[in-house]
Amino acid sequence: MSEATNTLRSAIQAGEIIVSHVSKIYGALQFTKEVVKDCSFTIERRKLTVMIGPSGCGKSTLIRLLAGFDVPTSGTITLNGQPVIGPARDRLVLFQETALFPWMTTYDNIMYGPRARGEVSCETLELAEFLLNKVGLQDFRKKYPTQLSGGMQRRAELARAMINDPEVMILDEPFRGLDAMTKELMWEYYSALYEESRRTNFFVTTDIDEAIFLADRLLIMSNIPTQVRAVLEIDVPRPRKLADLVENDRSNEIKMQALSILHEEAMKSFSRGSKAAADFVEAYSKRVNKI
Amino acid sequence: MTRGGKLLLSSTLWRGIVSVAVFLTLWEIGSLSKIWIKWDAFEWLRTALNAVGFKPIYLPWVGAVPAPSEVLNAWLIVLQDPSYWQSWYMSFFRVMSGFIAAMIIGIPFGLLLAVSRTAFGVNFPVFEVLRPIPPLAWVPASIIFWPTQELSIAFVTFLGAFYTVVINVIGGARSIDVRYFQAARSMGSSQWDIFWRIILPGTLPSIMIGSAVGMGITWNVVVAAEMISGGGSQAGGTSGGGLGFFIWNSYVGGSYEQVVVGMISIGIAGYVSSELLRALGTYMTPWLRLR
Repeated sequence: MSEATNTLRSAIQAGEIIVSHVSKIYGALQFTKEVVKDCSFTIERRKLTVMIGPSGCGKSTLIRLLAGFDVPTSGTITLNGQPVIGPARDRLVLFQETALFPWMTTYDNIMYGPRARGEVSCETLELAEFLLNKVGLQDFRKKYPTQLSGGMQRRAELARAMINDPEVMILDEPFRGLDAMTKELMWEYYSALYEESRRTNFFVTTDIDEAIFLADRLLIMSNIPTQVRAVLEIDVPRPRKLADLVENDRSNEIKMQALSILHEEAMKSFSRGSKAAADFVEAYSKRVNKI
Repeated sequence: MTRGGKLLLSSTLWRGIVSVAVFLTLWEIGSLSKIWIKWDAFEWLRTALNAVGFKPIYLPWVGAVPAPSEVLNAWLIVLQDPSYWQSWYMSFFRVMSGFIAAMIIGIPFGLLLAVSRTAFGVNFPVFEVLRPIPPLAWVPASIIFWPTQELSIAFVTFLGAFYTVVINVIGGARSIDVRYFQAARSMGSSQWDIFWRIILPGTLPSIMIGSAVGMGITWNVVVAAEMISGGGSQAGGTSGGGLGFFIWNSYVGGSYEQVVVGMISIGIAGYVSSELLRALGTYMTPWLRLR
């Protein structure tokens, strides 16, 4: 499988994004809010980097900056050494809610990118077939998004993004709102797609299990204004199995490490009066006492 | 369609038939009140009518209207008259030419106003001043403007649909979710492609709503315009004047049965054109019907 697709899209390169000393301040004069503060990290080439942080910490703002929908107040973002200005197809963003075009069938949605750029060739048609099969939607190619289940919509969107072979693929909590079973199924589909192509992927989540299952590198973010608090290498071999999350000692070790960092962050914002942090602190103390 | 669907359809059909039958029966009874109200048994009704100031010779309003049986008789006679069909043709022709012109000019104009701030700023104030002017207020002006009476009627009809179409197109295009634009842009879409494959299909449901409302207004307007203008006339008499003129002519000629025939004809004509439009709309927006 992997060989077949590598010949299908050999021309595309994987990109590397370097974020250095980026800050983002919203508002003006005395009514300002600093959402991102002197934040630096690298999204490494051909790796799946997962960013995890407390909700409302400014992850979505960072994504908007990476995608080019917004510009940083200070600092620079570069892709392969070139500064990022505005949205372009080399950085493709998958949003929290589905953004499949409701007026197109699954197949037309997947083919949107190649058709929009006038790049329809035998290879792209073949790639579309391959991706349809890979996400298990070959029987749903003529269905409209409203006729698909939530999980199918997410899968169709993954395929629609993957066919463009972006240098960096950015996913903003793509499986949020799906039920637990569907979510796990999505992890398997998504990691299979990633392992098959090995492109640069940047995945943002608030779910620690999702992060550990998917990541090569895990960025743990601080509370708002957001900064990188820690970087963990997830050295669990691929392909991974869902059972690893429970049985693999290394997975659990990393998970506890990550949770304790997140806990420290939550304690800090708790002391500053955040109610969301209170829930996390309580949940964490229960979990630690049990083990 | 499923068996359940057919069952539902037929029960809807039956309800429709019953509703029309009950309406016709009550109408017939009301119209015949000239006869039965004289019977002794209705002494109380005559007293009651007298008390509220009506002449107790028949039921108020409905008693003055020709009975459906009489209308049906008049209709059967009129059906063999080619000038009646000519009226149908004339009105349909006027409605369709005005309506189609409104679509051809209104849809691009509305889209232009929705996508371009400059175009909006320049055109919208004038548009908003002209919009509240009822199309019928344009009748004298359009008779002066246009060389032939046919053109002035078509122009007034056009105005009836135009404003509604434009307002709906602007609203529809503006309410398209910004995520669709972001997704399209990050897949490398050009402005042109975004227009044809995002804005246009995204606005289509609103265009359909606008044209359904516009079609109703068009029928209102054409009939009134035909009455006022004397229905385009060269042919003279009842021939060639359209359904509005047919009604007016019958009224002047004292044939009240034919007045009602004309009214019902317009009802049927409006219903038929709305149905055609709905069928077209359903055909053009398949993603809305397949939920």
